[in-house]
Amino acid sequence: MTDEIFDQLFQILADVPDPEIPAVSVLDLGIIREISAERVVITPTYIGCPATLAIEQMIRKALEDGGFASVAIETTLSPPWSTDWITDEGREKLRAYGIAPPPKGAAASALKNVQAAECPRCGSSNTEEISRFGSTPCKALWRCKACLEPFDRFKCH
Amino acid sequence: MDAIATYALRLGDDSLILGQRLGEWCGHAPALEVDLSLANVALDQIGQATHFLNLAGALEGEGRDGDKLAFHRDVMDFTNCLLVEQPNGDFAQTIARLFLFAHYQELLFTALTASKDARLAAIAAKAVKETAYHATLVSDWVVRLGDGTEESRARMIAGLDWMWRFVDELFVMDEVDAAAIEAGVGVDKSALRGAWDQRIDAVLADATLERPAARRPVLGGRSGRHSEHLGHLLSEMQFLQRAYPGATW
Repeated sequence: MTDEIFDQLFQILADVPDPEIPAVSVLDLGIIREISAERVVITPTYIGCPATLAIEQMIRKALEDGGFASVAIETTLSPPWSTDWITDEGREKLRAYGIAPPPKGAAASALKNVQAAECPRCGSSNTEEISRFGSTPCKALWRCKACLEPFDRFKCH
Repeated sequence: MDAIATYALRLGDDSLILGQRLGEWCGHAPALEVDLSLANVALDQIGQATHFLNLAGALEGEGRDGDKLAFHRDVMDFTNCLLVEQPNGDFAQTIARLFLFAHYQELLFTALTASKDARLAAIAAKAVKETAYHATLVSDWVVRLGDGTEESRARMIAGLDWMWRFVDELFVMDEVDAAAIEAGVGVDKSALRGAWDQRIDAVLADATLERPAARRPVLGGRSGRHSEHLGHLLSEMQFLQRAYPGATW
């Protein structure tokens, strides 16, 4: 595959938003595992994430619109997705969108002693968890005790 | 189905039936946060079931996929353990069931990541991170209810007491397990019991609860001998495909 084709495919995928959190692209989320002239390999965030099918359809349409109808889309479970794969740019986009991003490298030890989230509005770490599960499988609900706003936190995973 | 396909089927049936049971809480939980939690755990379980049952169908090689196995089998063909099909009861009973099962499932999936079958190992590696989250969530609730009010404590004790008789079945091994272990694919479940006991006892101690009294274990789910409750669950879950066979959207 030439660099040119890779760049074209990369650009197409960079414009495909996550259907649940449209502020970030599928590339930002780290769910694109392989890009080649033959196939694009994606991995689900959560095993039962209902957005998986929608993501596949959106990528299919974007590839067709970009003239790459023959590129196959494959799904893999292994290795399992981790929030450590969210790009730095993706983390900033999440924060700007009002979702506290997971600290980088925190996924490995995420289950015990969860660090306090930083409020995406005022930046305070004086925050508390309200609910371990939020509006989508990948988020928990938190509250800032400084500015009193509730906010979503992307769970370390 | 051969032993390995049946092994995948059992894993899928456990996840499917527990997911369906937890889904019954949707819109009925005591608080919005609890509603979200139970629905999300259900979603993870249904996701696991999809992968395990698709694999079971592929291994069987007769053209059945996960949907076909979920919606076009009758009650005696289901191989889930009896614990997961027990009715939700009150909130404490639901928590008791998930508590006993989630710790088992986390230990099982952790061991299953070493399976020689790369597909089973991949599903387990994916699912175990989520199952660990379920175990943490539900253990918090056992402590909160057990060490809570007189009422919540009494209900938590009653819930654990009802579910306890179905625990031994989780760790029972038969010829399917033996064949799967022989092939390097399956997990020695009996070896997980010690670690499971430790985890359960630690949470119960935090919750100021005692283990329920030992009871005669109830077995039979793996060979299709189910409680009357499973048929009712299936009549709801399978309604659409029974009324309109093959319907898609």
